[in-house]
Amino acid sequence: MKPVGYFEGESMTRRRAFTVAGGALGGIAGAAIVLPALGFAVAPIFEQPEEDWQAVGELADFVPETYVPRVITIVQGIGEAGKSTVYVRQGSAELGEDPDSYVAISTRCAHLGCPVRFVQAAGNFICPCHGGVYGFQGEVIGGPPVRPLDRFQTRVTGRFVEIGPRYSVTSQLEPVRARDPGEFTGGVWEYLYPPRPTTAAPPSS
Amino acid sequence: MPDLQKLLPPPLRRPPKPGHPDGSGNGAVAHREGAAPASPVTDDPGRRAAAGAKDAPVDLVGWIDERMGGSGFLTAMLLRKVPKGTNWFYTLGSATLFAFVVQAVTGVFLAMYYTPSPVEAYASITHLTNDVFLGEFVRGMHKWGASVMVILVFVHMGRTFFFGAYKYPRELNWVIGVVLLILTMVMGFTGYLLPFDQRSYWATIVGVNINGTGPLIGPYLSDFLRAGPEFGATTLSRFYAIHMLLVPGAIIALIGAHLYLVVKLGTTAPPWLRADRKPADARSQPVDAIADGGNGRAT
Repeated sequence: MKPVGYFEGESMTRRRAFTVAGGALGGIAGAAIVLPALGFAVAPIFEQPEEDWQAVGELADFVPETYVPRVITIVQGIGEAGKSTVYVRQGSAELGEDPDSYVAISTRCAHLGCPVRFVQAAGNFICPCHGGVYGFQGEVIGGPPVRPLDRFQTRVTGRFVEIGPRYSVTSQLEPVRARDPGEFTGGVWEYLYPPRPTTAAPPSS
Repeated sequence: MPDLQKLLPPPLRRPPKPGHPDGSGNGAVAHREGAAPASPVTDDPGRRAAAGAKDAPVDLVGWIDERMGGSGFLTAMLLRKVPKGTNWFYTLGSATLFAFVVQAVTGVFLAMYYTPSPVEAYASITHLTNDVFLGEFVRGMHKWGASVMVILVFVHMGRTFFFGAYKYPRELNWVIGVVLLILTMVMGFTGYLLPFDQRSYWATIVGVNINGTGPLIGPYLSDFLRAGPEFGATTLSRFYAIHMLLVPGAIIALIGAHLYLVVKLGTTAPPWLRADRKPADARSQPVDAIADGGNGRAT
């Protein structure tokens, strides 16, 4: 006995078949618009910016004992908003660093990204927003920051010091991929704050 | 003062009160049946023209209503019964709606002068504020109106909470209201960047980084908000699009749902009115006159 509304050999009624087909077509049409639009909006998450190296001065400009401020362009074409101050010094043998290397400390506070400044008299980096204080190597010595100050890769080309991609460091100053401010580094935090495709690989230490 | 009820087309008029044969006096019964016009026909052309002019708005509204049929909805919404004890606290939702409308209108006009480019945004804001006629006023309305709206949203939420108006069957409206609160916060956050001065810029840096501190998805969320690992060329236009297109659309849709539920479910009586009375008694008798029915809660 076939159910009411079914013809011989049919597994569903005509009305039911058209309802399913209409719904499916509508779903496909909607997905064809929504999915590309979503991909368009989230695409920047997956783009890796080109590696950019900028000369910040000659070798003789930098000494191991103190930092020299230099302005680099982080993002091209947006004026002042794309620039940032970087503190540069030569590697210090006293601190166990290679004297032929150069250290470039980012001014982006590891708490929430305000601009820190190096206070010569104290030998510390101090953040104006929420009172973060960092020591000479950028290690946290006070306030809310969750990790030491970020650094930039450096290299020597001829007689110029050049600055490259940003990287973050653990509390032991071991390099890791760049994290945003407010995110811990090292240990389990490397998984809770996963590295993003938009960041460059850290230098091999 | 002419009776405003007579200016309305019959379906929009207030229904007669119980106990009165018609509710509004002369002519209303005839009008409700759609028979004789309110003004007597005369031979004087001037008086006839005046009578015609008087009927014009009625005719226009009637013409629209005949084709659209919105009068039933309007009557139900505008003339709906409200509980005894309804007071000024019940106007906070309307006040919030008004603040939103002010933000929408001033925002549309600000968009005519604003340039969402990192290089030009600040200059376009100073031009808008200092050079454009009444620009300071329109921008000031938008800026201060934003704070007013946030305050009103919270006071409205407090009213709903302390009056117990979130309880069954109105939980869904509370949830919609919470989403509207979050969207209002998103509007505040995205709008804060747009003047693109030092305060805007650094506050947004801090705000985006707070988003980034959420474990697992936080880093991707802040990349999404900035459109990249650093505050970049399209961050400002991204915030602008969210501020003026995405979130306002969502807010308008949710306000529609919010108001629909308010009209459908009605408002609650204030908590200081006794809940154990029958609704008919509550409308017509003073508190002391209600017999408490032996439940031991008489005062």
